[in-house]
Amino acid sequence: MRVRVGFIFASLAVLGVACGGNDAGRRQLDVMAASSLASAFEILESEFEAANPDIDVRVTSGASSNLALQIENGAPADVFASADESTITKVADFLVPDYRVFATNQLQIMVASGNPKNIRSLADLERDDLIVITAQEGVPVRSYTDDVLARAGVVANFRSFEANVGGIVTKITNGAADAGIVYRTDVIAAGSRASGVDIPADQNVVARYPIAVLASSTRRDDANVFIAFLDGLGRVTLRDLGFGSP
Amino acid sequence: MKTARSTRRAHDRAPWPVVIVATLAIAFFALPFIGLLGRTPWSDLFNVLGESRVRTALWLSIRTSVASAIASLTFGVPLAWVLARGRFPGRSAVRALCTMSMVLPPVVGGVALFFSFGRQGVFGRFLDDWFSFQFTFSVWGVILAQTFVAMPYLVLTVEAAIRQADARFEDAARSLGGSRWYVFRRITAPAIRPALIAGAVLAWARALGEFGATITFAGNFPGTTQTMSIATYLALDTDAREALVLSVVMIATSFAVLFGLRDRWMGAVTGMTR
Repeated sequence: MRVRVGFIFASLAVLGVACGGNDAGRRQLDVMAASSLASAFEILESEFEAANPDIDVRVTSGASSNLALQIENGAPADVFASADESTITKVADFLVPDYRVFATNQLQIMVASGNPKNIRSLADLERDDLIVITAQEGVPVRSYTDDVLARAGVVANFRSFEANVGGIVTKITNGAADAGIVYRTDVIAAGSRASGVDIPADQNVVARYPIAVLASSTRRDDANVFIAFLDGLGRVTLRDLGFGSP
Repeated sequence: MKTARSTRRAHDRAPWPVVIVATLAIAFFALPFIGLLGRTPWSDLFNVLGESRVRTALWLSIRTSVASAIASLTFGVPLAWVLARGRFPGRSAVRALCTMSMVLPPVVGGVALFFSFGRQGVFGRFLDDWFSFQFTFSVWGVILAQTFVAMPYLVLTVEAAIRQADARFEDAARSLGGSRWYVFRRITAPAIRPALIAGAVLAWARALGEFGATITFAGNFPGTTQTMSIATYLALDTDAREALVLSVVMIATSFAVLFGLRDRWMGAVTGMTR
């Protein structure tokens, strides 16, 4: 088979264009953030960079448990923002001591837009005409989900364990699944693509987001500037997105 | 002639820089496996394998990968025949389309399947409306995703073999009054049998290893959609021993497949079958 060299170069060029320009001459700051923070940190990143033009923030997001594993294996990052305190405690040896909690969140049942399956409470998650999904063990949203269900005495009939909260949201907003417990901010971010069902306060738990600088970071000053920003100007943005203050 | 020359060449001694670089290349492939085997909890091997989570994933992978290999054979052989012998405009484009999932990132295949055959996908919504059936979160979703990435391996192997098979035998059989179907069954199929086996085994091995398309499209639930590859990836976060043991099983399988196929696979690709 004759290889069409021109085609190959053309496709590489497409990839190159897709990468866009690079940011030469700025100091990089690598931030690892829990999945539920991904879209918030995208906004915070540009706000922070506008205020600190010499720092180029790069955000990596994923399940906190997976980010913690990467940190244990020497990921070259500067800041870690986890979705729960137990995950950040697990990797305490790799962090500059004393994390701080910079935001809180609540849990909600995410359902299809307009709630066509009429899901009213946690007890509905036991219905077998529903496809209910959650995240796999170790992921913070799963731990919170287990806590919430235990408080309500509900045994949900889960059909899939996604890799992180983003997987739950995608499957529900695209109609593959009917319900799942996610963060209130995820429901807000999904806008018209999903609806939220409140969980009564006596059954709900508060998710707390801790943040810390990695012990291996060589850019601790910039990292601290970023964390201070979250406690200051960034808090307004976080509140607008539905996060609570600690 | 060809055979004699290549045999003689194989006995030539390679120049030393080539040997050194080649040794580095071998080390590059060998070291990761040595590292993995070094960390494997050998004394616990059978305990971990006996854990129900691992056994469930193993059994699901065996069933779905065999089903995907059968599906690849069923649909892939006619496709290979059409690509090799058919005369129609745009054949190269059709071949590129049908083998694209080989080079595509599997997760992209999963996204494509999700938006076409998912419950609210462009085509999947009809399955849901008419039959209340959805691929996502079901074992059928796993088989669909695995077949999507595995079939091209069979198609390319079999297509090469059909091209290499001597068409004169088919022409002769046709001129003697054999129907097209009879000729395919009695002349073409036996001639390409080694390629059929090689292609099916390669497709099976690829299906066994499928991860990206499966987790994106089918989800993750023990016994239904959590295959060995998915269990391995997810176990890494929670129980590294499990991930290592599952990896050892899959490495042993892959090595056995390629070692067993070495001549057939090469033969099928270069046209020197048998």
